[in-house]
Amino acid sequence: MGTNPVTWLGSPVFPKAARAALADTQLRRNLRKATHTIRDKRSKAVAELPDWEELRQAGEAIKDDVLSNLDTYLERIEAAVTARGGVVHWARDAREANEIVLRLAREAGTDEVVKVKSMATAEIGLNEALEAGGIRAVETDLAELIVQLGHDRPSHILVPAIHRNRAEIREIFRREMAEKPASDEPRDLAEAARRHLRRKFLSARVAVSGANFGVADTGSIVVVESEGNGRMCLTLPEVLITVMGIEKLVPSWQDLEVFLQLLPRSSTAERMNPYTSVWTGVTPGDGPQQFHLVLLDNGRTDALADQVGRQALRCIRCSACLNVCPVYERTGGQAYGSVYPGPIGAILSPQLVNDMHDKQAASLPYASSLCGACYEVCPVRINIPEVLVHLRAEAVEAKGRTPESVGMAALSWIFADARRYENAQKVGSLARHLAPSGRISSLPWPGSKWTSARDVPAPPAESFRMWWRRNRG
Amino acid sequence: MPAPRVGLFATCLTDTFFPSTARAVVRLLERLGCDVHFPMDQTCCGQMHYNTGYRDEARPLAAKYAQVFAGFDAIVAPSGSCGGMVREIHPELHGTSDAFARTYELSEFIVDVLGVTDVGAYFPHRVTYHPTCHSLRMLGVGDKPLRLLRAVRGLDLAELPEAESCCGFGGTFAVKNADTSTAMLGDKMRCVLNTGAEVLCAGDNSCLMHIGGGLSRLRTGVRTVHLAEILASTEEEPWAPTP
Repeated sequence: MGTNPVTWLGSPVFPKAARAALADTQLRRNLRKATHTIRDKRSKAVAELPDWEELRQAGEAIKDDVLSNLDTYLERIEAAVTARGGVVHWARDAREANEIVLRLAREAGTDEVVKVKSMATAEIGLNEALEAGGIRAVETDLAELIVQLGHDRPSHILVPAIHRNRAEIREIFRREMAEKPASDEPRDLAEAARRHLRRKFLSARVAVSGANFGVADTGSIVVVESEGNGRMCLTLPEVLITVMGIEKLVPSWQDLEVFLQLLPRSSTAERMNPYTSVWTGVTPGDGPQQFHLVLLDNGRTDALADQVGRQALRCIRCSACLNVCPVYERTGGQAYGSVYPGPIGAILSPQLVNDMHDKQAASLPYASSLCGACYEVCPVRINIPEVLVHLRAEAVEAKGRTPESVGMAALSWIFADARRYENAQKVGSLARHLAPSGRISSLPWPGSKWTSARDVPAPPAESFRMWWRRNRG
Repeated sequence: MPAPRVGLFATCLTDTFFPSTARAVVRLLERLGCDVHFPMDQTCCGQMHYNTGYRDEARPLAAKYAQVFAGFDAIVAPSGSCGGMVREIHPELHGTSDAFARTYELSEFIVDVLGVTDVGAYFPHRVTYHPTCHSLRMLGVGDKPLRLLRAVRGLDLAELPEAESCCGFGGTFAVKNADTSTAMLGDKMRCVLNTGAEVLCAGDNSCLMHIGGGLSRLRTGVRTVHLAEILASTEEEPWAPTP
């Protein structure tokens, strides 16, 4: 429970949160259905491109260039945005970013802002901060709206309400909307949301968005989406405020070619997303007449200083790693206690929190069997297992001396010498006398964590090395 | 061509708990014309230490491996995860070494190095194959184990649904996140049982110990057998369960 709102205050450590989630049968079914569907669609969409591997490599190389020269590109985008009539703000952390947005909204004289789906604003807890300042933030992405109206938390990067099914969504809408949905048919649910949101779009004076990409050369900001609700926010209000993580830059317009192929196929399994909105500063007489770009650090430069961990900053928030993750599939996103769940969350959240003494953050890198499915699908080739193991080493270091560390050191000492190892084998082999069936079904803690669901084979009387010595030695 | 001088890296788990697998590797590789050695100084690759965050404890084990297995034409491990640890991670811990680069998982060695897919095996059982995560994604063994199994006489190969999903073992993950691990295991067992196979085969005894531990607890009547033991089995000397 750090001070960075990227993890939710009071969230239990992952194993504990997971235990509760695993018992939620409705959640398990919703997630299994959703993740398997999108997983299969993604692999088909990706298989269509003969140069997918080259695209991934290009994505990796472009992002690595941005991260290595971030200072240059940031100054470049600041100059470009300013030249086109925008205002650039720099926010060191969540608190600074929230204060900037709150001040700008107050200056615009509004008590309500409409929001484009955005991970950066979720990361900094902007809605809560605006609320505390007397300004309502209205989510306009359908899934974000479901989460907001349900007084719930997101569980997925792309589909924050993935843990809800149609019947649950209908209940939320019936409770919270003036015009109730006619049924739980997708059409009726969408119609209810459309009516609810249309009024907001037409009355809003201020919109807040995130950004998928910021083009350093031109100062153009790019948002990709499926519903068109984002575009309503980006075009109708007088004032547009965009909160963008500093790692979201691409050097030039041309680089978008790579990412606009990688992102939709990886996230929604579409060849192209329905809406791509691009704007550059302010255009007189067309769209918002005030544009503010808030460049957000919030732990990113700390992550950048970590040679192994920094690759997490390549992330383009596609969610492909969540959809293929066997842990995510079963626990859902809320168990991660952060707006960034799944494999990417397990490596990004602890780095943004940047405090391995925080027990919840330190539990996240262990929320993986290291199966590697995430790395295989990542469009920018983030070696997630490598970063997980790297962060585990940091967690171990932060914890200092524990029963586990003493045990690990003892094992390493035994393995350092083959004779010690063989003696340990002989002692361990005596356990076979306790299990005449050849299977052990109950062990004392911490072995009980294994035998709670699985037997262990009793060690045989003769190890392989003893057999080798007897027959071949 | 002289017989390749092969070092057997049994892995600590197989050496201690599954000696029949290592004996099967010896029998199989000798049948395929290899000169098999088992350096007695070998212990463990340090994977559990490394993957749990104990890098400093893993480092001397990488150094030991490089020293123990110096000078072999090839080193063969009946494990994708220990093989992956040696080939992919040991260089990071200890610097490059021929011993790391010449380490192969069993199916890779047979198919790629020896150039054989029919090893003359006989195994008259219905078998399904689980591709273990590290053999699949770290070493990229692809369908080599399946090609070897398809050439086994008498073997009735059943396709495993959702085969590439992790079984939930993950080393200390199985203990640290026991509930999630068990949920993954449950789905893997359901897929295995749906095949109607009597034997679940894989190239890693760690994963087999995990899935087999669940199958045994539930008295499912499905047995786990390492790939090496199936490939070593012949009509003259067929596989038999170890007492």
